[in-house]
Amino acid sequence: MTDVSMTVNGRQVTGSVEDRTLLVQFLRDNLGLTGTHVGCDTSQCGACVVHLDGQAVKSCTLLAVQASGSSVTTIEGLAPSATELHPMQAAFRENHGLQCGYCTPGMIMTAVDMVARHGAELDEKTVRDELDGNICRCTGYHNIVKAILSVAQSMQGSGEGQRIAAE
Amino acid sequence: MYQTEYKRAGSLNEAAQLVAASGGEGKYVSGGMTLIPTMKQRLASPSLLVDLRHVEGHKGISVSGKTVTIKGGTTHAEIAASEELKSVVPGFAGLAQLIGDPAVRHMGTIGGSVANFDPAADYPAALLAMEATILTDKREVAASDFFLGLFETALDENEIVTGVRFEAPESSAYEKFRNPASRYAMCGVFVAKRGEGRVGVGVTGAGASGAFRWTEAENALSGRFDVSALDGLAVDEGEMISDLHGSAAYRANLVKVVAKRAARKAGASGGPEVSGPKTPGGDAP
Amino acid sequence: MGVEGIGASVLRKEDRRFITGRGRYVDDMTVPGMKYAAFVRSPHAHARIKGIDVAAAKAMPGVIDVLEGSQLKADGIGNLICGWAVNSKDGSPMKMGAWPALAFETVRHVGQAVAVVVADTKAQARDAAEAVEIDYEVLPAVVEGPAALQDGAPQLHPEAPGNLVFDWEIGDAKATEEAFGRAAHVTKLDIVNNRLVPNPMEPRAALGVYDPAEEHYTVWTTSQNPHVARLVMSAFYNVAPEHKLRVIAPDVGGGFGSKIYIYPEEIVCLWASRKTGVPVKWTSDRTEAFLTDAHGRDHTTHVEAAFDADNKIIGMKVDTVANLGAYMSLFSSATPTYLYATLLSGQYDIPAIYANVKAVYTNTVPVDAYRGAGRPEATYVVERTMETAARELGVSPAELRRKNFIRSFPHQTPVIMCYDAGDFEASLDAGMKAADVSGFEGRRAEAKSRGKLRGLGMSCYIEACGIAPSKAVGSLGAGVGLWESAEVRVNPVGTIEILTGSHSHGQGHETTFAQLVSERFGLPVENVQVIHGDTDKVQFGMGTYGSRSGAVGMSAIVKALDKVEAKAKKIAAHLLEAAEGDIVIENGEVKVAGTDRKLGWHEVALNAYTGHKLPDGMEPGLKEGAFYDPQNFTFPAGCYICEVEVDPDTGKTEIVQFVAADDFGRVINPLIVHGQVHGGLAQGIGQALLEGTRYDESGQLITASYMDYAMPRAWDLPMFKVSTTETLSPSNPLGMKGCGEAGAIGSPPAVINAITDAIGNNDLTMPATPEKVWRAIHAA
Repeated sequence: MTDVSMTVNGRQVTGSVEDRTLLVQFLRDNLGLTGTHVGCDTSQCGACVVHLDGQAVKSCTLLAVQASGSSVTTIEGLAPSATELHPMQAAFRENHGLQCGYCTPGMIMTAVDMVARHGAELDEKTVRDELDGNICRCTGYHNIVKAILSVAQSMQGSGEGQRIAAE
Repeated sequence: MYQTEYKRAGSLNEAAQLVAASGGEGKYVSGGMTLIPTMKQRLASPSLLVDLRHVEGHKGISVSGKTVTIKGGTTHAEIAASEELKSVVPGFAGLAQLIGDPAVRHMGTIGGSVANFDPAADYPAALLAMEATILTDKREVAASDFFLGLFETALDENEIVTGVRFEAPESSAYEKFRNPASRYAMCGVFVAKRGEGRVGVGVTGAGASGAFRWTEAENALSGRFDVSALDGLAVDEGEMISDLHGSAAYRANLVKVVAKRAARKAGASGGPEVSGPKTPGGDAP
Repeated sequence: MGVEGIGASVLRKEDRRFITGRGRYVDDMTVPGMKYAAFVRSPHAHARIKGIDVAAAKAMPGVIDVLEGSQLKADGIGNLICGWAVNSKDGSPMKMGAWPALAFETVRHVGQAVAVVVADTKAQARDAAEAVEIDYEVLPAVVEGPAALQDGAPQLHPEAPGNLVFDWEIGDAKATEEAFGRAAHVTKLDIVNNRLVPNPMEPRAALGVYDPAEEHYTVWTTSQNPHVARLVMSAFYNVAPEHKLRVIAPDVGGGFGSKIYIYPEEIVCLWASRKTGVPVKWTSDRTEAFLTDAHGRDHTTHVEAAFDADNKIIGMKVDTVANLGAYMSLFSSATPTYLYATLLSGQYDIPAIYANVKAVYTNTVPVDAYRGAGRPEATYVVERTMETAARELGVSPAELRRKNFIRSFPHQTPVIMCYDAGDFEASLDAGMKAADVSGFEGRRAEAKSRGKLRGLGMSCYIEACGIAPSKAVGSLGAGVGLWESAEVRVNPVGTIEILTGSHSHGQGHETTFAQLVSERFGLPVENVQVIHGDTDKVQFGMGTYGSRSGAVGMSAIVKALDKVEAKAKKIAAHLLEAAEGDIVIENGEVKVAGTDRKLGWHEVALNAYTGHKLPDGMEPGLKEGAFYDPQNFTFPAGCYICEVEVDPDTGKTEIVQFVAADDFGRVINPLIVHGQVHGGLAQGIGQALLEGTRYDESGQLITASYMDYAMPRAWDLPMFKVSTTETLSPSNPLGMKGCGEAGAIGSPPAVINAITDAIGNNDLTMPATPEKVWRAIHAA
């Protein structure tokens, strides 16, 4: 067993884990942060996406020991307070960008990272491109794409640049 | 995943010593984007993992004149986003942008990818086409001498890929046809128009022995940098991968089609305009 | 309509917990002392078990016990069953082979569970599972349905000679032959409906807890129908008595049919908890899901359609082999029969239909209902046939359909179903307008100038939902009734709890069901709590599948609301000293019509519970239950139009437009209904373009992860153009028809019709992978 310590959602945490423990297992089993999900074994579905030192990563493809010393943000740590939502969380709700909710935490963490990198320049093609590592079986992605674009567009403060072709 | 032991190296020297002391059971892990999934599937079981991600000075991109050097610990995302690379060799930055997905690009490194030499890895196509040099902690190896076969490189036991170096071509481009399931390259072609009319063509994802240089295409395009120069050519089906996603014949076709598109993107004349479909009827109700 | 009533796009109440990471799925649950199960699974498609040695595994670190099938049998745990009896055309019953939760004599598909390890950690359980040594005698395997019927094919079950489960028929063979005898044109097609893996993003999981003090069992499980799970596990599998078994299906991350069934793993977790004395949790990984979740589709069909000289369709013959896999899953017999062949009339007036379905065993994962369940297979047969016929007859596909539409209702088809309402022309017109079909040829020419092949294809689907009238399905062999139950509890402060036997695993019931209350009483949806998924809370329920939660589940709620309203009005009439008939309830107030006399809703509720001022003889309280049994199926229908561009050099298809014009009857929440369509379309397009389940000849599943099974990604799909027309279902109080499956039912033929139109070759199977399309282009 190895001691790990990291900042998770702004809080310093420590734990003792087998070296083979994945970050997602540490988050779920040791810290009880069950918002981060596991949907595949092959690093493809993205249900486990968290931010590691500010960047979206797959917590199922990272050992907890690799993340030791880093800062991790999970879906539970995204909202600014218990009563407020992060704009991306709000956009997913307003656009009906989720159904069963299982892929949603990873989708939102990926989306936040995406908008942070592209800002208002984000267009539909880029959104779809960058969702390559996140699989949703419920929504057909339609409303997820809309939600992400709505946040990106709000960053330039107007409805200008409407890039969705349909609906 | 089987039990393993993790150690974080502070220097390449330390890393090499740790792995050397493991009696052949240790492995380096950089981004871990191939190794960790393989271990999760219980298809690899190194008793020791030595993490290179925290090695000082193992990361970075430098451009000096036309000479580009990228250190092994540099991530795909850093390569894709590098303004320096985008200005001097946009085709290579564009290739990095097509690797995996954003989360993979944030972790995965060029050193790890080059050392692993997965048959669908993207970088080898470019490194071969540009006649790049692979840098290790012990020596420098020409790309064509480095990439030997499926998952097989010239790396000695415990040798670490510390980076790659190449001369930026006049123009270059990468085109990738993705496997619809894994989204890895079913065929990726990098075309590099280099000095004195020499053209490099590197192909990945299709070859049964991993990435390769398509020399006939290089010769044809070197003679005439026009897409039609590839018209009469064909790769040997017998040397293509054949699996449930595509037969060897199909992959051979892809190599040619994708090569033409990469050449066109790299500035070759001829070939059809590349443009997307129009959405009918304007906006929906 | 109020702002939160019927027809309003109310944002979902349940979303807050999901978007903040506070959803509670089975794998999120922990209980004190919980341990982990790992299953030992067969690596062979077909083998006899000669011996199992668990000694080494038992000695591994952290291992509590290793259990095997002979122990399960000794404890009297019953075999898994199929709950719908289908007879062959000769009257003989279907041939159900024995399916123990843990195999101890024979394994019949790769991944079948043979033993289970319970250990302190998941990793230790898995380490030990690898140490269980099983001596197999490998037997020959068969994986394709038609091959399993051939002489000399490997035989799976002694109960089923020739691997034939049943040889079933429907319709009038003689009348159909007669129609073909006078046909001016016959269209023939051979069709494969590809095997799919449902792949809800949450893998299945179960947490079994045995309490020896109470001799009571609890299981948290990823189920679409927890009451059915309890009933089957107690009455048929002898896991626990029904009154000593609590089944909880908390947040469930998608189902699409695959979580209807009761699988070996939840049975074993409960049984293992009793055997070991510790709570036992198992969570599937994705490859286990590929190897054990019930698959869908897998039909091989020959269809012929007869047309008269006026291009009227006068007869249809269908011959289908349905591959059921290695065992009969819970509803596996109904899917390729009563949910399939009864829809072969499509939207068309076809006077004579005959269908023969042979269901067969193979050494593959059991096949059962997957989103659409039989109806996608029927739609694919009918709509590929209509499109092909139109091309052969040289007429417009839309006009051939229009000519043959059913136009008056009720319409009795030759295959059981009686369509009660619809307007197929309205959907077709809406679809064609939205798709700008008239401008298509111009777009095709423009695409050609860019070197692309552009095609347009349509599909006019009909399905049967609102499953189902209990008497009707009982007469067809169902082992259960298919009604639904609801309870409406008004609390003393006036807030309301709805307890429903439906189960939401993404469908948004917590919102739409609350909208019924808002509509009825003018209360905000925030004052309504919808409770489901727990057999200790909800009286009973048949669960959610077959797009039944609206037409059946909500109808039960409506019935209970009727009773609540009636009693509330009685109370109010008494308090307000008015006639009961003069009381109206709106905007959260209970009023005497035409006066200013009124009570707040909460005042009526409080009076119901204080009992101080109730009419003499009235029971206190304001809580009513109802069971609703539908009078008929409902018949959602619509028109889907797909437009594609194919790259002739690579064979890659891009969907450039997808139009869905659906008639779902009454729509409660358009936002949610459109979302259901989007998701269904993605799965249907996935079937058409991407998803193919492949076994090798030895029975190894070679598409057992997302590395090889192509799931639709965002990049594979366009923005969808979705709209609805509305004819109300006369069969239920809200006029609802159901929307959950339509997208998956209607879309595959539209896609394939579009691609074959683009490339000029009609010979193309699903999934239309780039290589297949490329080959079809070059073969044309």
